[in-house]
Amino acid sequence: MKLQEYTSSRHNFEECMKCTVCTAYCPVLQANPLYPGPKQAGPDGERLRLKAPYFFNQALKYCLNCKRCEVACPSGVNVADLIQSARIKYDTTPPKLRDRMLASTDFMGSLARPVAPVVNAVTGLGVTKTVLDATLKIDRHREFPKYSSRSFERWLKRRRKEQTVFPEQVAYFHGCYVNYNYPQLGKDLVKVLNALGVGVQLLEKEKCCGIALITNGMSGQARKNANHNVAQLRQAVLDKGLKVLTTSSTCALTIRDEYPNLLGVDNADVRESVLLATRFIFEKLEKGASLKFKSGYHRKIAYHTPCHLERMGWGIFSEKLLQMIPGVEFTLLDSNCCGISGTYGFKKENYEVSQAIGEPLFAQIRSVNPEVVACDCETCKWQIEMSTGYTVMNPISILAEAIED
Amino acid sequence: MRFDTVIIGGGLTGMLAGITLQKAGQKTAIISTGQNALHFFSGSFESIKEPSQRIVELFAEAGVRLHYSPGVRLLPLGTFKESALALEDVDIFPTPKFARKVLIVNFSGYHDFFTSFLADGLEKQGMTCRLRFLSLPELETLQQSPSEMRSVQIARVMDRVWEKVVQEVRVLLKDEDAVVLPQVFGLQDTSVPGRIRQGIPAHVVFAGTLPPSVPGIRTLILLKQRYQLLGGTYLMGDEVIRAHTHEGVVHSVATRNLDNHYIEAANFILSTGGYFSKGLISNPFQVLEPVFGLDVEYKEDRNQWYNPTFKEDQPYMHFGVKADENLHALKDGKPLENLFVAGSILGGNRPEFGFAAGQCIKTALFAADQILKK
Repeated sequence: MKLQEYTSSRHNFEECMKCTVCTAYCPVLQANPLYPGPKQAGPDGERLRLKAPYFFNQALKYCLNCKRCEVACPSGVNVADLIQSARIKYDTTPPKLRDRMLASTDFMGSLARPVAPVVNAVTGLGVTKTVLDATLKIDRHREFPKYSSRSFERWLKRRRKEQTVFPEQVAYFHGCYVNYNYPQLGKDLVKVLNALGVGVQLLEKEKCCGIALITNGMSGQARKNANHNVAQLRQAVLDKGLKVLTTSSTCALTIRDEYPNLLGVDNADVRESVLLATRFIFEKLEKGASLKFKSGYHRKIAYHTPCHLERMGWGIFSEKLLQMIPGVEFTLLDSNCCGISGTYGFKKENYEVSQAIGEPLFAQIRSVNPEVVACDCETCKWQIEMSTGYTVMNPISILAEAIED
Repeated sequence: MRFDTVIIGGGLTGMLAGITLQKAGQKTAIISTGQNALHFFSGSFESIKEPSQRIVELFAEAGVRLHYSPGVRLLPLGTFKESALALEDVDIFPTPKFARKVLIVNFSGYHDFFTSFLADGLEKQGMTCRLRFLSLPELETLQQSPSEMRSVQIARVMDRVWEKVVQEVRVLLKDEDAVVLPQVFGLQDTSVPGRIRQGIPAHVVFAGTLPPSVPGIRTLILLKQRYQLLGGTYLMGDEVIRAHTHEGVVHSVATRNLDNHYIEAANFILSTGGYFSKGLISNPFQVLEPVFGLDVEYKEDRNQWYNPTFKEDQPYMHFGVKADENLHALKDGKPLENLFVAGSILGGNRPEFGFAAGQCIKTALFAADQILKK
């Protein structure tokens, strides 16, 4: 009997009672009629796929992997994991050149960094955007993130000695964005942690967390990165007894949850030690540490919870931390997806859907009219800045700005 | 993290308790495992028979308008049930025969609204019915995925194009004095049901659809906004996996998302709902409360859990967590002094608080009052 094989699946598949609640919270379903919706793409489709892979539907690629279906599910079904696992298992279409390029964030970053001013100038040109739009189907409306000439790794390596002076130490998984595009965020984290008496170390050698590889059909490469990173984390956590912090909510979710759930990479011995920086800082302050804030600081801030942070349930730490800053006027924005979902919104075929999904959030930001939007995700930042014109800052950067130098 | 009160379960009960406590100046958090039973809400609080200014005002402050008018309301399959207090867009009639002639209108391709059953039921009451379908171009895109042409998807479109429905119904309307429409209006824009009523020259009745319930989700959105505006912390999609209790006092809870970051509070409310929300779970031998392992009232003999006649009252629906007179939870026969139970998790244990949505309101307010009295 092959009964088991044909009926059982992971991700709490059996718990689905067809209540349809997930369909009310899927941002894609509201904007793209080609997408069958989380219930159909997830547990309903899984039941069929278990009978025969023939039932795999290419439209599953429209899933953003925002995981709002999982947050909404009253029965604990990991709907998005079912969908992404099905894509990994059944989709045999090789990824396009464009998707490979978008997904290879650290490879592209290391290519671009030495010639950053040239790359930045070229990708900013209208003509480049038109060419990329026509040839690679990267939507012309998108602004490419600028590359930095100096990587964050290089900056921190030069300060290795001064960091070792601090009595407490953490490791920092900076991710591709901080390393290649925006080292300032990493520097801000170092400033805040140093002010708390904590020194910052790099992992020996980190690789991209791999989320873009997973969503672009390159799970093999993603698994390699995951195995590499978990080995690095073990060195930091088990050998050196360090916590590992990230400033990107998606890196944190990927390392903690996508590695075991989608890629089958066991991280049980290090998972609890991988934390978003805002959680680590909140917990330190809760235990009695203190930061010296500038007097006369004032910021009107609207906080947007990125989808992956919502799924982790850690938005509360960033929120409470921002609210602790004297002089901050705080608004919590309604929990809505901004629509970009990493590389998804860069693709020409997704551009309109991406903007339609984000519109309720953009409208709310315009009506709140804050000085800055705070958010723990770099791709939400690009999307919100491009779509609303408001500046978006990571809560860590706001904290760094608010404390005394 | 520390709060004055932590509420486990974020449905109707949890949010009303949270709003009441926040209004009184408490710092509270709600922990909710996914969405809740408001997605199946009829829009009527059946067990509340008497007028209550406090309840009406509590909802009105959140932007949810209720009306009190004892009578009967129309059920989705054309039968009627006694009701007194309901959302403004849920009609309560003095008698089931609410009109002479009724026009029942549905959208083409929408399968979650049972027009023929409705017509049969209304005709039994002596009303003449006519069925018509509307095709709107704005709904065509939804039909590409027929399995997902659901109430909420339609309601999102209707927030924008409700005026077209008014126009089309006016064209269809002959000599009918009432129109029945599916409950797919006013999800975000709460003024829509009222405007539709104004625009159609007949009595407009909104009848229930299959879930998700549009009036239920609207109520949820508004209550949640109100709770957060009052400064409440809503932890969505998290689950309490362990509670730390010592000598009859609950000190803190651990959740799946926050792992070793415990949430502490002076008081706790357990409003995790019934079987659907897993406030109660059952196995072949017993009925359990999974978070604290509280005492549950149920029948030992499993054969007495259910009535083989499906439509009869089912005994398992009355099983629930035991509580003392002040709604303190009981564990091993003893009350936990800072844990209150409220809402559907009580089952039929405390008939004085009513049942279903009515029970949720009354126990939520009672539990919040107990905490504030301390």
